[in-house]
Order: sequence, then structure tokens, then C-alpha cells
Amino acid sequence: MGERLQSRSPGPRGVRCAGVGKVWNPGTARAHEALADVTLDIAPAEFIVLLGPSGCGKSTLLYLIAGLEQPTSGRIMANGELVVAPAPDRSLIFQETSLFPWLNVSQNVSFGLSIRGAPAEERRETARRVLARVGLAEAIDRHPDELSGGMRQRVAVARALAMQPEVLLMDEPFAALDVQTRVKMQGFLLDVWEASKASVLFVTHHMDEAIALADRIVVFTARPGRIKAIVPVDAPRPRDLTSPASLDLRVRLTALLQDEVDRAFAEQEAISVGA
Amino acid sequence: MSSARGIGVNVGGQGGYRLPPASALFHPLLAFVRQYGPKVGWSLLSIALFAGLWEFLWYIGVADKRLLPPPHIFLGDFADQAKNFNTAKRWEIGVDPNSGPTPTEAVLITMASSTARVLAGLAIAAIASLCMGVLIRYYAIAEKLILPMVTLLAPVSPVAWLPVAIFLFGIGNGPAIFMVFIALFFTMTLATITQIDSVNRNYINVARTMGASKRQIYARVILPAVLPGLLVVLRLNLFGAWMVVLVAEATGVGYGLGQIISMARNTFNPGLVFFTIVIIGLLGFTFDFALRLLQKRVLFWLPKGQGGLSG
Repeated sequence: MGERLQSRSPGPRGVRCAGVGKVWNPGTARAHEALADVTLDIAPAEFIVLLGPSGCGKSTLLYLIAGLEQPTSGRIMANGELVVAPAPDRSLIFQETSLFPWLNVSQNVSFGLSIRGAPAEERRETARRVLARVGLAEAIDRHPDELSGGMRQRVAVARALAMQPEVLLMDEPFAALDVQTRVKMQGFLLDVWEASKASVLFVTHHMDEAIALADRIVVFTARPGRIKAIVPVDAPRPRDLTSPASLDLRVRLTALLQDEVDRAFAEQEAISVGA
Repeated sequence: MSSARGIGVNVGGQGGYRLPPASALFHPLLAFVRQYGPKVGWSLLSIALFAGLWEFLWYIGVADKRLLPPPHIFLGDFADQAKNFNTAKRWEIGVDPNSGPTPTEAVLITMASSTARVLAGLAIAAIASLCMGVLIRYYAIAEKLILPMVTLLAPVSPVAWLPVAIFLFGIGNGPAIFMVFIALFFTMTLATITQIDSVNRNYINVARTMGASKRQIYARVILPAVLPGLLVVLRLNLFGAWMVVLVAEATGVGYGLGQIISMARNTFNPGLVFFTIVIIGLLGFTFDFALRLLQKRVLFWLPKGQGGLSG
């Protein structure tokens, strides 16, 4: 744990966002500023949780770091290089299952390798290895439609791990799961993260999830998304969410979020009335 | 229709190709009957209701037997009806008028030739429209150059193409196949584009983050993702293909179901018209059934009841 805290200054590895902003449909009537002036450094092997009201641009930041979209201002560096396009070392995991239903689990997990033209044996071997890491070794030949929601998300994590990413970008990956499964998946994710040494950037609007997972919680404002506060969490994992420290943290985060939720709500009201 | 789905789930027949239950292996016939029995039963009842009403109207004298002969009359004498189906080329010089297939064979040949034209037109249109749709979405310049023209031609009734078909292909199989093709090509191209646009963005983004090129994304993500929708589109257009092929055949292709209808009209033979309608209905139904089976086989990953499987 101590090593983790010390290694926070970003070297050539890790991700560095400098003054990042994103305007959707710029220059049109539908122009909409999603992100403004986000400056954030993510150290190697650091677990960052982005917390904020719905529609505050948290996911947009993930897409920008993934390289799927380009920022309209500022710049993003990953491993010392400017992000201009998606790369296999930055894996994105989505809220809904994004497994290809026409492929079986093994083929899904090794999809990235097949894109690179890896031979069948290597693909199979990698699939077996990463599926074992997520505890789904026996599901290797099954099809996604035969798996539960939690299992599918574990396969999605395995697919990301197969690419040996430096950065795991997770867009509310457990939001569609029931509460019990969600808590299990958080524990599972922490295990995977400890073993992989990848940085994790995890988007959620669940406070408890943020408290359970994060090294640092980045609280966002609403429309446009800006960083309102960065709250470090130093308690060792697994964390007791009912401990006094956790309760303190929850009170603090609630206060930080309350204004934003109110503001976002008021704004949405105004939009729906105006429309 | 939903009853058949419920039964299918019990039997396990819908996903059974992967892990066939023992009952399906040892009693395929039984499984088949249990899966499709109720559906067939309701279909027969539906037909019986309609035919019964018709017979009743004939019985009380409302339906004139010369204009609307009831089913027992136009289906009653198969041999007599079959005589009208003649696939021998008697009009050609030097051909013995009595040569050629028997009437029953002639009925089958006529059915087969119309079916073959539908199949050929459908296959060409499906492949061409898939290629065209992908081309339009793949290259921006193709979209700019081709899409307006396709959109312009899509609403044109296929009947308007009939003269063109005859100018280009004379008479025979050519114009009939061309008509089926042209009737389906434009709408199916637009449908392909719609399908491509509605591919789950996450699938594409996953492939992109894994370093897939545009070509790889089209071949390995978009193509499999649009297949279910395209098979539904194909099924919907199947009926359109049957309608168009009759129109084309009525203009003179030697023989075919459309030619029989046309002849029945010219010789004032309503019984023959209804007889042919029954044949066309049966053929269309069989086709639809076959395509649905194909859907289940090819698109095993679709959840039941999605993608038109339950229709």
C-alpha cells in the first residue's frame, strides 16, 4: 500500500490529462460542453474513481483517454505519448455487456489477439490463462448468452486483461448488476487489479463503490464536467464501509455532490420545460 | 404463434443443436410434433374456417360457382386443373403436340421454375444489396455518389421496371429474375445501411480499442452484427419477390405460375386462378418456414423472440 502512495508522481508511465475539454457538435446549435479544463495525473497501478452526477462528462473523459474521441482542448498523454487513437494498452470496459454474441467466450477473450494475427494456439492459451484469473476457466467454450450478467462482465474484464493493458478504463461496469453481485465483483476487481499492476480509471455514480475501491476519488461537477475535488482514500482494502472513517468520507462526498446533483437536476428541469 | 414458442422452449428444440436433449435425439418426430403440432393445428383450423365460410356461401347460393367456385370444386379435380399446366413447347415447329411431361409433372415443373426464379432473384438481390450497403457506408465518396440515386429509385414500383426488363432480357427467365432483383435491391440496400448504422456502438468501440482496422471492424464486427436484421429483411421481402415474379411471368416467359394466372384470366377460368393461388400460398409459406429455420440455425446467438424469430 505504502509503495502505491509513494509512486504517485507520474513518470513516463501512467496517464496525464492537461486542461482537457470536450465540446460535442462544436459550432452548431447542438453544441454542448461536456468537459472543461480537466487536469489529472494517473500514476501507474493507481486506482482512480470518477464520481459525479449522471451526464457530468465522466464517461466522456474515459472515451478521450481511450482515444475513441479527440479532446477539443488540452492534451492527454499516455505512457509519455500523445493520445491520438485507440491503443491496445488502454482497454475500455462498458456498462452493458459488450461481448460479441456470435463468438464464444474463448473467441471473445482472444479477439484482440486475433486482430493482431496471433496463431490459434496462442489465442487459446491466453484465453485459458486470463479466464482462470477471473475464475471462469470452465466457461471457455460457452456462449455469452449462456452466462449471467456478472459472469459476462468478468469475461469482459478477461478480454481487457488479455491485451495486457497499462490502463483499464471502466465505464460503470457493474451498474447493471444486482447489489450482491456488485459487491462480489468489486472484490474480484481489486484482486485482478492488484495482480495486473495496471492503472484503473473507474466511473461510477455510487458513493459506496467509490469508497470501496479508490486510491483517490475524483468528484466532478455537472455540465460541463470539471474536477470539483480530489479525495484520497488511505484505508487498507478490503474496506469496511460501516467504519467511522468510511462514514466520514461518505458525509464529505455527499456534501460535495449535493450541490452538483441539485444543479444538474435544475438544469434538466429547465431543458425539459424549455423544449 | 406464441404458443409454438412456448412449446419450443419446453422441448429445447430451439437451442437444441448445441446440446440436444435426449428426447429430441431419440424421438425427433415426436419432438417435431410437440414443437410444431399446435401451430399446424391452428393453421389448419384457420384455413378450414375460411374454406367453410366460402362453401357455405356457395351452398346458400351467394357465391356464384362460375365466378367464385368454392374450394371443393377448384381443388376437387386435380387432374382436370393440371391439364392447364403445359410445359411442353408445343408451339415450336416440329414438336409433337402430345410429347412432353404428364400434367402432374407439368404442375411440378411450373412450380419449380417459378421458385427457381424467386430464389435466383432473391439471392442476387441479397448479395448485391449487402455489398452496396457496405460500400456506401465504407467509402464516404460512394455514399455521396450512390445513395441519392438508390433513395430516389427505392419507391418506384417494380411494375414500372417491367418494360425495361423486357427490353433488356426479352422473354424467358431473364426478365423474371431481373424483376425480382430490381424489386428488392434498392429497399434492401437501404435496409442494409440502416442495419449498419444501428450496430451497437460498444461492439465497434471494443474492436477499435483492440487496434482493429476499419476493414477488420467491417468484416469481423459489423457483418456478423447486421446478419440477424438482414435475414429478417430478406424474409419480409420474400413475399414481395413472389408478387413480382407473377407479374413478370404473366408477360410471357414460356411457363410459370404467373403465366397460368394470365392464361386463366384470358380463358375466363376462375377455378384455375384459385387453384394457382393455393399453390402460390403454399410455396410462399414453405419458403417463409424454411427461412425461419435457417435463421435459427445461423443466428443461434439471438435470444428467443428477438430478430423476428417469433413471427
